[in-house]
Amino acid sequence: MFTASDLNRRNQRVQKLVQLLLGGMTLTLMLPVAVIMIMLVYKGGPAISFEFLFTTPTNGMTAGGIFPALLGTICLVVVALIASVPLGVAAAIYLSEYAPDNGFTRAINLAIINLAGVPSIVHALFGVGAFVIFFQFGTSILAASLTLAIMTLPVVIVATQESLQAVPMAFREACWNMGATRWQTIRRVVLPNAITGILTGVILEVSRTAGETAPIMFTGAAFFLPLLPQSVFDQTMALSLHLFVVSTQVPDMPEHLPYGVALVLICLVLMMNSLSIALRMYLRGKKKW
Amino acid sequence: MENTSQANPAARLTPALSIAFDKRGKDWYIDKLVQVLVFLGGISAIIFIIGIFIFIAREGMGFLTEGFSFKEFFTSSNWRPTSATKETYGILALVAGTASVTGLAMLVAIPFSLGAAIFIAEFASGKTREFLKISVELLAAIPSVVWGFIGLAIMNPLIIKIFHVPVGLNVLNAGIILGLMAAPIMTSIAEDALKAVPDRYREAAEAMGATRWQVIYKVVLPAAKNGLLGAVLLGVGRGFGETMAVLMATGHSINIPTSVFDSVRALTATIAAELGETAMGSRHYEALFTIGIFLFVITFIINMTADFIVRGIRKG
Repeated sequence: MFTASDLNRRNQRVQKLVQLLLGGMTLTLMLPVAVIMIMLVYKGGPAISFEFLFTTPTNGMTAGGIFPALLGTICLVVVALIASVPLGVAAAIYLSEYAPDNGFTRAINLAIINLAGVPSIVHALFGVGAFVIFFQFGTSILAASLTLAIMTLPVVIVATQESLQAVPMAFREACWNMGATRWQTIRRVVLPNAITGILTGVILEVSRTAGETAPIMFTGAAFFLPLLPQSVFDQTMALSLHLFVVSTQVPDMPEHLPYGVALVLICLVLMMNSLSIALRMYLRGKKKW
Repeated sequence: MENTSQANPAARLTPALSIAFDKRGKDWYIDKLVQVLVFLGGISAIIFIIGIFIFIAREGMGFLTEGFSFKEFFTSSNWRPTSATKETYGILALVAGTASVTGLAMLVAIPFSLGAAIFIAEFASGKTREFLKISVELLAAIPSVVWGFIGLAIMNPLIIKIFHVPVGLNVLNAGIILGLMAAPIMTSIAEDALKAVPDRYREAAEAMGATRWQVIYKVVLPAAKNGLLGAVLLGVGRGFGETMAVLMATGHSINIPTSVFDSVRALTATIAAELGETAMGSRHYEALFTIGIFLFVITFIINMTADFIVRGIRKG
């Protein structure tokens, strides 16, 4: 009774063809990156050793390790997190728990979208104009970290907002019925249930912050420093800027060294992202509601 | 006294309870304090976006108020801020550089990322889907300076070898790099847009005997049109504002490109390369901040338009 007509068969063929084509496109998108990763590991792998990670660059940066850059990136990330996590979580709590649905809230959301969309070099100019010059922090870890913090604020806000909204409304209502204030409810019920989700956002922010170059170029990261930073008002080297410097600014660079730096940076970033994804999947598996 | 206790229902209970209800104790004040604090957090985004504009304008204002020639700035292709005889500040060639690289990047990224988004959202399922989504997310995380390095160290010799051109740092190189960078972001936004189309649309079409592709082509794509357009626009914004990758992969020489093998220079890269060498408050320094204002305004418009288009469907 239901035999396939020519038209049915043709449609089925088109369907197969399209599926193959789109699948091919998806692969084409991933394949070059896979090849690039393999090349990075192949060429940069031999450069990486315990010594490479834990000694200072020597010989005009053409030899030695990357320790000051690695340490500098960690400093920048930590200071940036101290500034942006409380602010971002507060903003997300406001938007998710307090904000009425009106034009003002919409303006805040638009500002967050724009903050995420402003070019990184414009954030750098802002960092120079505001933190380096106006607040007189000079080119320092503090100025660079604050610039990074503002730039990556949307990452924390969006992730926190999502995990707060994933907490069922009934949890809050039950708590309010017991006579708890809004804050008591947030503090005792909403935040404990959302904390892992917030953590995934924070880890994601670490990854973003560690990889950024343009915003720190003029606000606190230096090409080369003989000494490690002593306080947040010192300049520092950073891994991302170090990769730029060793691959473009230094003549007679042995080929393996920039590859090694690139490999360390990309491993750092991808490890953070994988951690965030793993945490998210664990959370989804554990969820009881 | 009698009247107030009448008006307040709590006061009609036992005196102790009435006090408990009326009390504005520690918890009440903490609650109000927190409300104020999180509100400050909430408006911080607005403060920062206004702050960015104000502080950049503050540094760049001098350039705009003293002998600024609108015509020269936008129509001259001579960017010679350090010329000994006559300094000229024309950004036409820089705009052309940014536009050509972003244009080529979109040519690469739009078909592939929309194709990938349709495949992930509509065809792939289960483990494959999960794997592809995670891959896209990881691709989006690769820092731009690493992409720049890839353009410099891997794409550059490759282009020289394949096309027999003297320099491999050009529009083609930066366009492909930027395309690969923008594609994962566009893919995940486009996939969200496709997922936002209600399943009952698909079910209705499938019940009429349509194949999966007919459903996508005739029902899902038209319904997700605005979301997809928003994804493309955000990709354009991303490419337009990208700095490190275009600085390292374009060749960074001032040109109005006539072929994809010409080296160009982008607006963002110009700021990144020159700001370090200018004296604070000099005309060159102010000109770079003026480019910053220009970049800020353009990306602001792109982001607002994208948001407006995407929200259009949600309301309709």
